[in-house]
Amino acid sequence: MTLTVERATNVGPPAADVLLDVRDLRTYFHVMDGLVKAVDGVSFTIKRGETLGIVGESGCGKSVTSLSIMRLLDIPPGEIASGEIWLDGQDLLTLSPEEMREVRGNDVAMIFQEPMTSLNPVFTVGDQITEAVVQHTRMSKKEAWNKAIESLRLVGISNPERRVKQYPHELSGGMRQRVMIAMALSCDPKLLIADEPTTALDVTIQAQILELIRKIQDETDSALMLITHDLGVVAEMVEDVAVMYAGRIVERGTVEDVLVRPKHPYTEGLLTSIPSKGMRGSRLNVIKGTVPNPFNMPKGCNFAPRCPYRFEPCGAYDPRIEDAHPPDVACWLYTPAPGQTSAPRQSGPERQAGPMTTGAPT
Amino acid sequence: MSDATAAPSATKADPTGRDYGSSNGQVLLKVDGLVKYYPILGGLLRRKIGDVRAVDDVSFEINRGEVFGLVGESGCGKSTLGKTLIRLHPPTAGTASLDGEPIFEKRGKDLKRLRRRMQIIFQDPVGSLNPRMPVSDIIGEGLLAQAEKENGWGDRKVRDKRVGDFLEAVGLRRDYARRYPHEFSGGQRQRIGIARALALDPQFVVCDEPVSALDVSIQSQILNLLLDLRREFNLTYLFVAHNLSVVQYISDQVAVMYLGRIVEVADVQRLYSEPRHPYTVALLSAVPDPDPRVRKKRLVLKGDVPSPAAPPSGCRFHTRCWLREHLGNPENCVTDDPALREIGTAAGHRVACHYAERVSDAVVERAAALQPAIVADVAEEV
Ligand SMILES: Nc1ncnc2c1ncn2[C@@H]1O[C@H](COP(=O)(O)OP(=O)(O)OP(=O)(O)O)[C@@H](O)[C@H]1O
Ligand SMILES: Nc1ncnc2c1ncn2[C@@H]1O[C@H](COP(=O)(O)OP(=O)(O)OP(=O)(O)O)[C@@H](O)[C@H]1O
Ligand code: SF4
Ligand code: SF4
Ligand SMILES: [Mg+2]
Ligand SMILES: [Mg+2]
Repeated sequence: MTLTVERATNVGPPAADVLLDVRDLRTYFHVMDGLVKAVDGVSFTIKRGETLGIVGESGCGKSVTSLSIMRLLDIPPGEIASGEIWLDGQDLLTLSPEEMREVRGNDVAMIFQEPMTSLNPVFTVGDQITEAVVQHTRMSKKEAWNKAIESLRLVGISNPERRVKQYPHELSGGMRQRVMIAMALSCDPKLLIADEPTTALDVTIQAQILELIRKIQDETDSALMLITHDLGVVAEMVEDVAVMYAGRIVERGTVEDVLVRPKHPYTEGLLTSIPSKGMRGSRLNVIKGTVPNPFNMPKGCNFAPRCPYRFEPCGAYDPRIEDAHPPDVACWLYTPAPGQTSAPRQSGPERQAGPMTTGAPT
Repeated sequence: MSDATAAPSATKADPTGRDYGSSNGQVLLKVDGLVKYYPILGGLLRRKIGDVRAVDDVSFEINRGEVFGLVGESGCGKSTLGKTLIRLHPPTAGTASLDGEPIFEKRGKDLKRLRRRMQIIFQDPVGSLNPRMPVSDIIGEGLLAQAEKENGWGDRKVRDKRVGDFLEAVGLRRDYARRYPHEFSGGQRQRIGIARALALDPQFVVCDEPVSALDVSIQSQILNLLLDLRREFNLTYLFVAHNLSVVQYISDQVAVMYLGRIVEVADVQRLYSEPRHPYTVALLSAVPDPDPRVRKKRLVLKGDVPSPAAPPSGCRFHTRCWLREHLGNPENCVTDDPALREIGTAAGHRVACHYAERVSDAVVERAAALQPAIVADVAEEV
């Protein structure tokens, strides 16, 4: 149940400085047991050259959001039930498959968690990059091959002349991720979507890859949408962040606001569950229970069964971030619930400062 | 489902049982010169053409009641070390003892008894449980295999009661015994894996990445639970993980592994506040901090981990070492294998680096002139 009767929806393309404008996206899956509302009314924008992180636990809809933007969903069982996805002035959901292929090559590129599954094992690295480049530019095979070598060099792979002739299995995980990044970059995208780009990698290799993404994002001025469940990666890589829970965005704002003064009880719970230096010797916070069953969503607030702050309106009314004021958190602690004149809180509790470690330089 | 706090516990005063850990320094597990190679087979006849030196001359001790954390990058030999210790793999060389009894010499009935005392909890809560067995059998199977007159585990009733007790101990309901693994969430499955290991009443438990596959909110439940259970059942853990914050939270001692070797070992506070091996320094600096007010400078390491089939000469870390570079590439890093030696003032802080004493100054100098390094593969020709 939402409290406003009708929202003023945006009509037509967004302002010119907005690169990506996702409006009320709903992506559903028809499975045997019923309907999974994997993404259930998600809206956000990314301006040109800006960075947005999307965080949340497994299954909350992060990948489905990005696959919807790329239009790489399996349909069926998937279905984009409603919404608009404006990228650089056109609504991607109105494009033909051919037009969409153009967009994927030229305007937006994606890096996946497991590069091995997105690289073809039977072709050399060079063939695959060349193929991608030829598809999306008017370059000749020869030029494209040189471009492949060039982009491998750009992502820090030494001796690229030799590497282009190798197969994916001959490379380490970090190296394969670099190849993926090289492929993504070979078409100079305006938007780079990275879905857990370092989750499968060791921390020292993760540090290399994040450094690389940051450097490239800086130099090419492309926008970045970074999906991760690692709040540390978010803190270091992006300016803005959206927290997802059960198919919805429940909180958004700058990294400084959300990670230092989390408003939503779920965000706060996530942050206090992470072990950090100060917590040694004390119990870790626990978000009790588990994520809701998609076929049996709780009444009222989705998070209510797990929320330590739940109060009367939570079991009856569903808080939506679109209806919230200020529009940064979907929670009745901050927006007056129906029938109430005020909300209990204005701001989130500030977290204590302090690094986790170390003897390393800060 | 109740949370971990519901686990029965006699003494709640110190919830994490830190005091228990410092149990008068009695050694429970002692490992000396442990080596584990895996053969590499090749050619038409599948003859042995080399070795993966997964664990290569490792020595350490774990005190009774302590959590001994083991960190290091993928493939450095952490799981191999844990599995070899509890006799899931035969060692290539070296000795180890549990409570004074030699581990690798045991045969037959003695080996069976020893196996009961050393258990393992695996990373993958899905893959490690047989999907066709109800939970009662998953946990009961091990009990049956270890049945003896004294414990009475051969009796179905005794077993079922014990299964129920341990489901409760890990915060699950007794009647879950009838259910099958697919009916549980990832965190609940991990609890079942823990109940299975603990039902056998072990002394020593290898926790091999027990929370790596779990979301943070579930991860914290399991970490709390492991600390509760350690206290309740007098357990000693070898805790393997690549998440450095998790290891810092749970461990008393920490060892850092690199390419089959322990390169640094110390008390947890010491290791995290005054790392003395350049690899440890780099590892710690690479952990992204969720507090945006903290801005770390990175010592980004060059290249990938070399293959354990052909580890570099001299110091195994020399192909990626920022300190060596900082010191003008001294020759002995390439020629001499540094021993794990005691350094500085703190007893038990051991480091395998010729220049460990220069690390702290070098970190400061280096930080001043930090350049992100993104060259990928200096050390990868195998
Ligand atoms: N092909 C599919 N068929 C049916 N359900 C699906 C499919 N793909 C995703 N889902 C469901 O959609 C929901 C959201 O999944 P999604 O992959 O977006 O999660 P995520 O946030 O990326 O999680 P993770 O952190 O584990 O990658 C989940 O409940 C998932 O089970
Ligand atoms: N059964 C096996 N046969 C041959 N080689 C093996 C076997 N098990 C492991 N290895 C190799 O031994 C080395 C150490 O592996 P191990 O699994 O112990 O590493 P790890 O530190 O646990 O890594 P991870 O963090 O990825 O779990 C690796 O190079 C691995 O490929
Ligand atoms: S609306 Fe209520 S139940 Fe939902 S997060 Fe806010 S306080 Fe908790
Ligand atoms: S011995 Fe040399 S190469 Fe090895 S860690 Fe120390 S300084 Fe680096
Ligand atoms: Mg995903
Ligand atoms: Mg392992």
